[in-house]
Amino acid sequence: MADEPLVLGIETSCDETGVGIVRGHTLLADAVASSVDEHARFGGVVPEVASRAHLEAMVPTIHRALKEAGVSARDLDGIAVTAGPGLAGALLVGVSAAKAYAYALGKPLYGVNHLASHICVDQLEHGALPEPTMALLVSGGHSSLLLSSDVTSDVRPLGATIDDAAGEAFDKIARVLDLGFPGGPVIDRYAREGDPEAIAFPRGLTGPRDAAYDFSFSGLKTAVARWIEAKRAAGEEVPVRDVAASFQEAVVDVLTRKAVRACKDEGVEHLMIGGGVAANSRLRALAQERCEAAGLQLRVPRPKLCTDNGAMVAALGAEMVARNRAASDWDLSADSSLPVTEPHVPGRDRDHDHVHEVSKENLYS
Amino acid sequence: MLLLALDTATPAVTVALHDGTSVVASSSQVDARRHGELLLPAVDRVLTESGLRLDAVTGIVAGVGPGPYTGLRVGLMTADTFGLALGVPVYGLCTLDGLAFAADIQGPFVVATDARRKEVYWARYSDSRTRVSGPAVDRPAEITEAVAGLPAVGAGALLYPDTFPDVYEPENVSASALASLAAEKLAKGEELPAPRPLYLRRPDAQVPKNYKVVTPK
Ligand SMILES: [Zn+2]
Repeated sequence: MADEPLVLGIETSCDETGVGIVRGHTLLADAVASSVDEHARFGGVVPEVASRAHLEAMVPTIHRALKEAGVSARDLDGIAVTAGPGLAGALLVGVSAAKAYAYALGKPLYGVNHLASHICVDQLEHGALPEPTMALLVSGGHSSLLLSSDVTSDVRPLGATIDDAAGEAFDKIARVLDLGFPGGPVIDRYAREGDPEAIAFPRGLTGPRDAAYDFSFSGLKTAVARWIEAKRAAGEEVPVRDVAASFQEAVVDVLTRKAVRACKDEGVEHLMIGGGVAANSRLRALAQERCEAAGLQLRVPRPKLCTDNGAMVAALGAEMVARNRAASDWDLSADSSLPVTEPHVPGRDRDHDHVHEVSKENLYS
Repeated sequence: MLLLALDTATPAVTVALHDGTSVVASSSQVDARRHGELLLPAVDRVLTESGLRLDAVTGIVAGVGPGPYTGLRVGLMTADTFGLALGVPVYGLCTLDGLAFAADIQGPFVVATDARRKEVYWARYSDSRTRVSGPAVDRPAEITEAVAGLPAVGAGALLYPDTFPDVYEPENVSASALASLAAEKLAKGEELPAPRPLYLRRPDAQVPKNYKVVTPK
């Protein structure tokens, strides 16, 4: 359908420089340049390293996305960009690029929320998001349960981690096991050959009086690290596969249990899972199993769309255009702690014409 | 020729349009914390004032620092992306060269800007157009001997009177100066470098504890 909005999205909230292009719910391009290798030796994302890499990668990545999509920049209906939350300096590189690009091309600019984008990306995989949708977002930066009745205007936080993000726990345990960074994929790999019931690691915040939808992974992290250190201190070999499997099981057990419970409590029939940890094979399998048992529809995009990317930003931008949401102003700024309750950053006088009027001056004739 | 020049390597957010002969319009605002917000509206204002459209621009000139990184990247990313969208060349000029060009001083002098962390970015010039050393980043006390007896220009010099007792205008770089310098060099057939940032320091290799903000409670 050629009349669906054609939008380019830019994502730089962490260590991936992502540029995606979508037409409505159709993915046309998903170009990503990652600086993850440069961070590996530090065991985590170094903000300044990420920001430097974004500046270098941006123009080539936009080029690549346009080529992959086979569209001309002039045909775009809008430019979307992650305005937050994320690393302040990294976000600012993407916001600067998006503003300059939108201004030069005479297109409206949409500063959008990174978390809402993680939800909206599923439209590229499974079509229009059911309303309402429950979303479980899990990555190195976030662990949240969000309820959305309209991803462009209404995203409600039900719960979040009170300490570490789930992905951080994977990184930490991988580090203790000397498996390198990032920890998610490698733990997943070892866990496949291990016994998830070998060691009974604690399930955080699952007591009867604990917050029903909040998460805590700090205690689990410490318990696993202690268990490993005790083995080592006793001169015994650490059963890496069993530790990986049992740790992973503790994480995904809590995540899926709380997500399914939230769906039931709120009467929501659709659960979507996004974020880098959604690439975890055991999380996908257990979520599928529990959703089936509870009569819920599970939607998990393919792994490449779950990790940070530009297509998810473009997907939300396209939805903003489709639903006639107000564009952002030219003084849009990066907001490292943009609340999830703000799916986008509309211009101050919410009169679309104003934005178009300014940019029309600079349209190609 | 129509050059759009911009610089965000110092507390100033500065934009200018230059038609090859003179500066057509310019804007300078000093606000070290809001480069990202101020730059695009400033570009829009300068274009509107001169009744020109961005697609009339034939080249972009960006100050490449040295300067505090976060602000510096706002200007460079904006310049790079304008270049991509418009299909015009993007040139990089050392921000300190812009300050030197704007300073009206006979004979040798130094330019110094604030590098924070009790350091300055600095360079030595034999005249307004000729840099003879630098740019470098150092603690003022460590370069006192090297700059002794030389007049100094820039906000970095104002901060450290013990090292720079003899300070001249301007305090901050202007895009007008950068544009004029670029126009002069281009007219002479000089090749201008690509707009790559002059960081001068390695990135701080610290992984913050919570490196990404999570959903507010
Ligand atoms: Zn993310």
